[in-house]
Amino acid sequence: MSTIEKVFDKLRKTGRKAFMPFVTAGDPDLGFTTELIQALSDAGSSLIEVGVPYSDPIADGPVIQASYTRALQRGVRSGDVLKSLAGITPRLSTPVVLMVSYAIVFRRGLGEFVDQAGQAGVAGLIVPDLPIEECEPLREACDQRGLDLVQLITPTTPRPRAIRIAQAGRGFLYYVSVAGITGERRELPKGLVENLVWLRGQTSLPICVGFGISRPEHVRLLAPVVDGIIVGSAIVRHVAAIGEKPRSRILEEVRDHVAELIAALPPSCD
Amino acid sequence: MGSVADMPDALGRFGNFGGRYVPETLVHALEELDREYSNALADPEFAATLESLYTHYVGRPSPLYYAERLTDFCGGARLFLKREDLNHTGAHKINNSLGQALLTIRMGKRRVIAETGAGQHGVATATACARFGLECVVYMGEEDIRRQRPNVFNMQLLGAEVVPVVSGSKTLRDAINEALRDWMSSVEFTHYCLGSVTGPHPFPRIVRDFQSVIGKETRRQCLEQLRRLPDLIVACVGGGSNAAGMFYPFIGDEAVALVGVEAGGRSARLGDHASTLLYGKPGVLHGSFSYVLQDEDGQTADVHSISAGLDYPGVGPEHSYWKETGRVAYTSVSDRQALEAFQTLARLEGILPALESAHAVSKAMELASQRSKEEIIVVCLSGRGDKDAQEVARLLEKTDSLPGKND
Repeated sequence: MSTIEKVFDKLRKTGRKAFMPFVTAGDPDLGFTTELIQALSDAGSSLIEVGVPYSDPIADGPVIQASYTRALQRGVRSGDVLKSLAGITPRLSTPVVLMVSYAIVFRRGLGEFVDQAGQAGVAGLIVPDLPIEECEPLREACDQRGLDLVQLITPTTPRPRAIRIAQAGRGFLYYVSVAGITGERRELPKGLVENLVWLRGQTSLPICVGFGISRPEHVRLLAPVVDGIIVGSAIVRHVAAIGEKPRSRILEEVRDHVAELIAALPPSCD
Repeated sequence: MGSVADMPDALGRFGNFGGRYVPETLVHALEELDREYSNALADPEFAATLESLYTHYVGRPSPLYYAERLTDFCGGARLFLKREDLNHTGAHKINNSLGQALLTIRMGKRRVIAETGAGQHGVATATACARFGLECVVYMGEEDIRRQRPNVFNMQLLGAEVVPVVSGSKTLRDAINEALRDWMSSVEFTHYCLGSVTGPHPFPRIVRDFQSVIGKETRRQCLEQLRRLPDLIVACVGGGSNAAGMFYPFIGDEAVALVGVEAGGRSARLGDHASTLLYGKPGVLHGSFSYVLQDEDGQTADVHSISAGLDYPGVGPEHSYWKETGRVAYTSVSDRQALEAFQTLARLEGILPALESAHAVSKAMELASQRSKEEIIVVCLSGRGDKDAQEVARLLEKTDSLPGKND
């Protein structure tokens, strides 16, 4: 069983759901990211998604784009991110999943990138610009090294294709709630719960839903039909205010926001 | 035709290059576009409609013009200009925009988005949308809005909304990012009319096919006017659409040498040029595996060119394939050389070329002077330079500060 599979296995046995926050590595610097990851782990996250800054993130909305730009301007590159993660993962109880563009993975070389990610204690990769037709070489590289290459399904994915994606998936399935880019939304799209229920019937892989989720009512609506909730821009937005407030204050705000969202997850059965 | 011409394969590959590196959200729309394009190819009505538009609306065929005074000036091979600058809207871009507008209608979509660098693709798409009553939104970098101001007004007059892009380098690459983000959220009712032979499959193929009218006409005109094929063809390469359209019908003619000219900018240092094929490496950008200018981490590099239409860190995957197979030779021309060619063509032939096309003119002049008077060189004059007149005037005032004077 992979590290990610173990997380969901444990959660399922106790009837709980995963909470998976997203942070941008190196925003505004890797020292703060390390503190933030620790705080999110302590707050009860099941997995932590760490975004590797990329110059042309076409799936990302303004909040995450701006965070990538801040990190890149400080000179943060994927090698620095992995080095920094290597220093924190051994004492972290929460596994880390890397969100990284294929442009970066390819430039380093697939085998070398996955090797280095594995050595840094990363449990899996989410590569948002790598659809199933193109993913085979990287999935093989991940399979050989015990990392999960997570696949994404979106509202525009036709159902037969969703089944094929689920079959290619590892670790968990990332269901993108909206046809669009990352970012907080007041309302989630109609038909979302229905689509998730349908997908639940097609695969035994855990399903996590992300994009647009920031409020406890979103969590309450979705948690019953999925295995986990992913929250990204809402957390990155707190960090964006770092020039205006002390860092300790930002960490406090993130902790409070995350606690509020985790409290909206269904209680455990045990 | 030889195997080099039978590309791409079903996955959109030209050899190793091409493919579809996009978020899952867009895959369905790309498959739909691929299907609809195949249907259109099988429909004689589609070809007839497009051809009629080319003839009566664009003014095709564009002339193949013997540049006699330019030839005399260079003192070597005879120079012919393929006058895409005489098309309606003043550039080759209209060939593609009209084709994609027809595909948009076939798919039952009512809204079109586009990116633009020099503004030529934006104007062409706004024109096609006006002609067919489609809603049009054009993304354009703030820096390009400044240096191609006349085209911004044109697009607005044609009823398009021009959205300034302020992220990143505020040029073509960022305009493509924003157009793709719009498409992520609007894909069910919007067609993305991509303007070059770049991006995910099937765009490189569709745009090349629509632009191939340039090379097909040139081939026919050479045989009619000159009784033979040219020895050499020169075209500028940013994303590479005019070059792909010009070269593709000649790919099987081994005796015809093909030269693609990239923007050499200020120097060969990363950040100072846009010579992707010359100095880049294979990598992924904007949905395609092709040559790209990146740093060692895979972050897209900043690029520079005097020409907004060539100011792009990527290039179409088929050009990468032609480079690797050696079928096309790629080279570059500096800002200064392009500016000189701009002025030379204006004074000797009474033609203001687009700054993009001036790169091809410059290289063709150099090659002509090295070749015999019996040889024939065709230059793809991809667009007219009215849009650049103001920017050229500004640059000429400070021309002594441009590096490379003694290149």
